[in-house]
Amino acid sequence: MALNVDLSTYVRYHDDGTAHLELAVDGVDCAACIGDIENALGRLPGLARARLNYTTHRLTVEWSKGAFDPAGVIERLSCIGYRAYPFAIDDSEDIDARQARWLLRCLAVAGFAATNVMLLSISVWAGNASDITPETRDFFHWLSALIVLPAAAFAGQPFFRSAGRALRLRSVNMDVPISLGIVLALTMSVIETVRHAEHAYFDSAVMLMFFLLLGRYCDLAMRRKTRAFASNLAAFRAPVAMRLDVAGNATMVTATALAAGDVILVRPGERAPADGIVILGHSEIDDSLITGETMRRSVDPGGEIHAGSMNFDGALRVRVCAVAGSTLLDGIERLVELAINQKARYQRLADRAARLYAPIVHVTALMTAAGWLLSGASLHDSIVTAIAVLIITCPCALALAIPAVQVVAAGALFRSGVLLNSADAIERLAEVDTIVFDKTGTLTMPEPSIANISMIDPSTRLLAARLALASHHPLARAIAAATPGSTVADGAQETPGQGVRAEINGVEARLGSADFCALADDFGRVRGEDPEVSLMGFRHGEVTAIFEVRQALRADASVVIDAARALGFSIWILSGDRPDAVEHCARVLGVAQWRGAMKPAGKIAFLEELKIAGHKAVMVGDGLNDAPALAAAYASISPITGSQIAQAAADTVFLGDSLAPTFEALTISRRARAIMWQNLWLAGIYNCIAVPLAITGHVTPLIAAAAMSGSSILVTANALRARSLHSLRKASA
Amino acid sequence: MTILVILVPLALALGALGLVAFMWSLRSGQYDDLEGAAVRVLSDDDISGRGSPR
Repeated sequence: MALNVDLSTYVRYHDDGTAHLELAVDGVDCAACIGDIENALGRLPGLARARLNYTTHRLTVEWSKGAFDPAGVIERLSCIGYRAYPFAIDDSEDIDARQARWLLRCLAVAGFAATNVMLLSISVWAGNASDITPETRDFFHWLSALIVLPAAAFAGQPFFRSAGRALRLRSVNMDVPISLGIVLALTMSVIETVRHAEHAYFDSAVMLMFFLLLGRYCDLAMRRKTRAFASNLAAFRAPVAMRLDVAGNATMVTATALAAGDVILVRPGERAPADGIVILGHSEIDDSLITGETMRRSVDPGGEIHAGSMNFDGALRVRVCAVAGSTLLDGIERLVELAINQKARYQRLADRAARLYAPIVHVTALMTAAGWLLSGASLHDSIVTAIAVLIITCPCALALAIPAVQVVAAGALFRSGVLLNSADAIERLAEVDTIVFDKTGTLTMPEPSIANISMIDPSTRLLAARLALASHHPLARAIAAATPGSTVADGAQETPGQGVRAEINGVEARLGSADFCALADDFGRVRGEDPEVSLMGFRHGEVTAIFEVRQALRADASVVIDAARALGFSIWILSGDRPDAVEHCARVLGVAQWRGAMKPAGKIAFLEELKIAGHKAVMVGDGLNDAPALAAAYASISPITGSQIAQAAADTVFLGDSLAPTFEALTISRRARAIMWQNLWLAGIYNCIAVPLAITGHVTPLIAAAAMSGSSILVTANALRARSLHSLRKASA
Repeated sequence: MTILVILVPLALALGALGLVAFMWSLRSGQYDDLEGAAVRVLSDDDISGRGSPR
């Protein structure tokens, strides 16, 4: 069936009559892909331009308005083996891109000024020690001023603006002392140049800006990389809906394009793309992504269905609407909002350092000036010494101490599959002492898998998998996934709600429900032992098998929990599922502290109890019902398979089937925080040595330059240590 | 030493030329896809004549 695809919400029209579409492309993994994709699209008639960005894996296509159907691009790409997903660049990414370009421009100007001024400054320092004439020195100083003043006015803007914002809010951030130091150093240098003095600090001011801009640019570049990756993933996973028009024709649209009142088709094995009311059809649906409850419920016309529910048996027609009166969803959104409002804003380490640092430095400088005046020095000399104190303490090391670690740690997290949603997540994760896990979808795999795989004869399993491939049923998919590399059976026919049958080697094979496979007695026996398990029968002549399908634990769940406990974390399991199901899971994992049948409000109340008891908890959860708890917890982690509301509420998102990234997120963060503190101490020690020198008037521009670059390099080199990963393998070895 | 009056501004002018070149390359989007630029140089679609160099 050729499908209509509606991309109109993603196409952007420019004034010159061209239309643009951005696509995130999955499967780009080698350089040859660029040529493959661009050449294949180059032959499409009507397409004006196609260019793949290999860094972000995004494709931009351009055509003149009305002359081309962009759905052809997706179709053409799928022919050559790439999946492309329409993509809307969100505003924050656009703002970041502009910010990055601006910072890079400032960095270039600061770099140009720093190198050229250093050339002149070194000549002056060398000349002061030998035989430079005052005229040459003045010439060099004036040249330096000519370079540095415009450069600082341009490249200093990021600091000046941020300092201005902070001062308007009557607070102090690190940019306030930085801006003050730059401005004072430049003013003093100009005055000294006019007075034909020996020393000017042009080089220090511009070098400071260069180092700090470099740190800031790297920080932003890392954030952009993570964000681009995350939004590509979001595009890959964006729910797709089959919208039906009045005549019953289906058009494929992304769920964001759905409007209330649209009628959509939800086929078996699909997740509902939006909330709505069932108008036709009957099925069993799995709400575990929403409530954590693993028991399926049946829906009939008039029943409610939520975005993220898995449809098991029958095709459903659903009228999209914000499920009004749905106490569940409304309640959750209200709870998330409440939790975000009540949460105390975390004060970042860098801001705390700035708040402590700025007054100390400024008072020291004032006292230096006063001290020299009292001891009989001239006003000019006293002020020059005081400004030297400000310059030497200018928080180059202090301002780099934390961002440098942040960049390196975010990179390490990215490599272990953890994406940061909020910038201060690393610092908060590092302070955590309690881990609260949700069960369904977090400790267990989001999709069901076969529990009794070792009990089933491999040849039987292969036959079952060949039938299972013909079905969209989630249980059948689990069977197919357990036997990779099998091929679909010829002539397989699916009876909705019953099963699949096909003739294999002249004998009919059936895969499906108890009645369909005539296995009612065996089903009853297995159910008697374990009422929770989902069963799928298989019959091929006299050969029969029963597949027990359940949401299995993530393969490394118990390793991760043991490792976390060994590091002193206290572990809890909080689930919305039935207590007996939670108990079983907790027993397998050896977790003594668990609660079942928790409502969203109950989870928040529980986290509140932990907080009152003095614990800082990280919540790990995926479901809609976890979203309020994720927002309320001190820090939070959500798997990429989780519901969108949960991911939006979480601080970090982890990728993949393994639980290890959650553990690594905690260990990397702890290590990063330790290194942040070390760096703050290093910066402090540096100041303890440099400030007395400056107060006693022994600092020359040469010493200032050496001390500042030395300390910056020291903290940056120390920050690089956050790269080495305290991995789970090392911990368990 | 008067030669400095010519040489130093000359050196600065050359540096400024580099800065202007960088600004131009930044503006024309040459830093938007660094990894792509590194591998595109290896493709020889302009020699084979097939495909469309864009």
